[in-house]
Amino acid sequence: MKSFLRNEAVRFILFSVMILALPALLAGGYLLNVFVFVGIHTLLAVALNLLLGYAGQISLGQAAFFGLGAYASGILTATYGQNPWWVMVAVALTVGLLAFLVGFPILKLKGHYLAMATLGFGIIVYIALNEAVDLTGGPSGLPGIPNLTVGSYVFDSDLKNYYLIWGVTLGAILLSLNLVNSRIGRGLRAIHDSEVAARVMGIRVRLLKVQIFALSAVISSIAGSLYAHTMTFVSPTSFGFNFSVELVTMVIIGGLGSIYGSFLGAALLTLLPEMLRAFQDYDIVVYGFLLIVMTMFMPGGLVRGVPELARRLLARGEKGRADA
Amino acid sequence: MNLVQQLSQYILSGLSTGAIYALIGVGFAIIHNATGIINFAQGEFVMLGGMLTFFFFSALKVPLLLAVALATGVSTMAGVVFERLAIRPLKNATPINLVIITIGGSILIRGIAMLLLGKDTHSLPTFSGDEPIMLGGATVLPQHLWIFAVTLVVIVCSKLFFSHTISGKAMRACSYNRRAAGLVGIDVRRMVLFSFTISAAMGSMAGIIIAPLTMTSYDVGVMLGLKGFCAAIIGGMSSGLGTVFGGLILGVLEALGAGLFSSGYKDAIAFIILLLILFIRPQGLFRRGESERV
Repeated sequence: MKSFLRNEAVRFILFSVMILALPALLAGGYLLNVFVFVGIHTLLAVALNLLLGYAGQISLGQAAFFGLGAYASGILTATYGQNPWWVMVAVALTVGLLAFLVGFPILKLKGHYLAMATLGFGIIVYIALNEAVDLTGGPSGLPGIPNLTVGSYVFDSDLKNYYLIWGVTLGAILLSLNLVNSRIGRGLRAIHDSEVAARVMGIRVRLLKVQIFALSAVISSIAGSLYAHTMTFVSPTSFGFNFSVELVTMVIIGGLGSIYGSFLGAALLTLLPEMLRAFQDYDIVVYGFLLIVMTMFMPGGLVRGVPELARRLLARGEKGRADA
Repeated sequence: MNLVQQLSQYILSGLSTGAIYALIGVGFAIIHNATGIINFAQGEFVMLGGMLTFFFFSALKVPLLLAVALATGVSTMAGVVFERLAIRPLKNATPINLVIITIGGSILIRGIAMLLLGKDTHSLPTFSGDEPIMLGGATVLPQHLWIFAVTLVVIVCSKLFFSHTISGKAMRACSYNRRAAGLVGIDVRRMVLFSFTISAAMGSMAGIIIAPLTMTSYDVGVMLGLKGFCAAIIGGMSSGLGTVFGGLILGVLEALGAGLFSSGYKDAIAFIILLLILFIRPQGLFRRGESERV
């Protein structure tokens, strides 16, 4: 059983079946809507994890790529009436190119300097979204973005969007799994451990870092487009510094360098605020508290922390039985 | 007003906000040098300073000077408690986990402030009147002078502390090499606690002296904290003059940009400057490049 579960293909199929069967359990309703967002956040977290978890390069500006994708899709379809599918592809490639160009000077930086530069980039984009009122509608947002359609089929319900978004997310997960288990993935991990050693081994460190940065931007931009068409409305507050931080938190709480960990982190941090609604104004306090406690007691993230916890509880149970 | 007057006005107000950024930035640098982490909760101490002063002054009718002292004291205690509860218990945590903890701490402190002190925006009275002083064509508010004076005193005191007291020297030793500092008998954990104490005190003072000019609310900490981080990065993470100049440069360029181009893009201008500086001098403006050990 254990070796069976170690097989990457088996795990992916099990995960996909679980995801695809989930709407049946949720039976429509409000939680299904939440899980649409879990899908979008998983997509974003997986993209960031490639950069942060595997290559070891932090980005505090991921929300910018997400926002650029969402706004570009929104403006080109709602204001200029273009075909949303072509727009999504064109925008993703443009955002990727932008990330590629910005990536060269930014990824030369390390540690806190890299964090600051990506953070700065994110804030510049956020302010531009707020200030370019003619184009973006400014702080009050951009309404009237059409739902996606295929022929006469309109993605206008939570269930339809669930399958659309999770279809894309599962695709991205598959791509990422293949990527991290390939020559490129090994190169990324080598960079994580030591850039000099990686270079000595013949890895083109700078190019590879920029490429993975651009890839994560492309995926984030697609997530943005999907978000815009699902919500049919976007406003700048969804793409600010706080959301960039939240994405980094998802990846770390889930587990650095684990694709499924990103899903766990995204699911937890998306569900948590919904569950904390009952606390009303206290929710932000509880959220901050949980963030601290979880990082303290599960430093390896959920994906390593939960099995560890289970093992410890089991061991204690057995010990209890032995004592009795 | 002619252009020269306008420019000197921008530069003056830029210098005063820059002084605030400098104070916050030095706080960032002190914690970073002692622990190797970026304390994202730094901005919340700034917020606490302003908000608590308002609380003591308006709600409890305490005299302003006493309110300032109480607010600084309570914010500093918050820093100490935060270090004790969230940073110290983690002996072997990776820096990235510690950063996440400071982010959690910042959310927690902001939330508590919102619950206890409310969501409203408040203004504080200036410390000594609003009578503007004419200075070479530019108008100076007495509050500006307070900002310059407090910043100067704090920076000079910290300089003296770091170069002339045994604790200050011990903290510097920790910043060079924590393990070596421990080996020569320095209590590294105590120095970490000191660093949080000093940073929280500095941050809250920055928050208090700026509050009469800019208003204060439970969520002002984020942007001010980021600008302080900016100043520290430009200064190459030094806890001394580098960061002070970093803050002043940032404040002045930001004020000029806002005045001459567009006030809506004011914050964007600050970060564009930052990116340019980082692209040209990745190690900060005031630091020589170091070769990396592998």
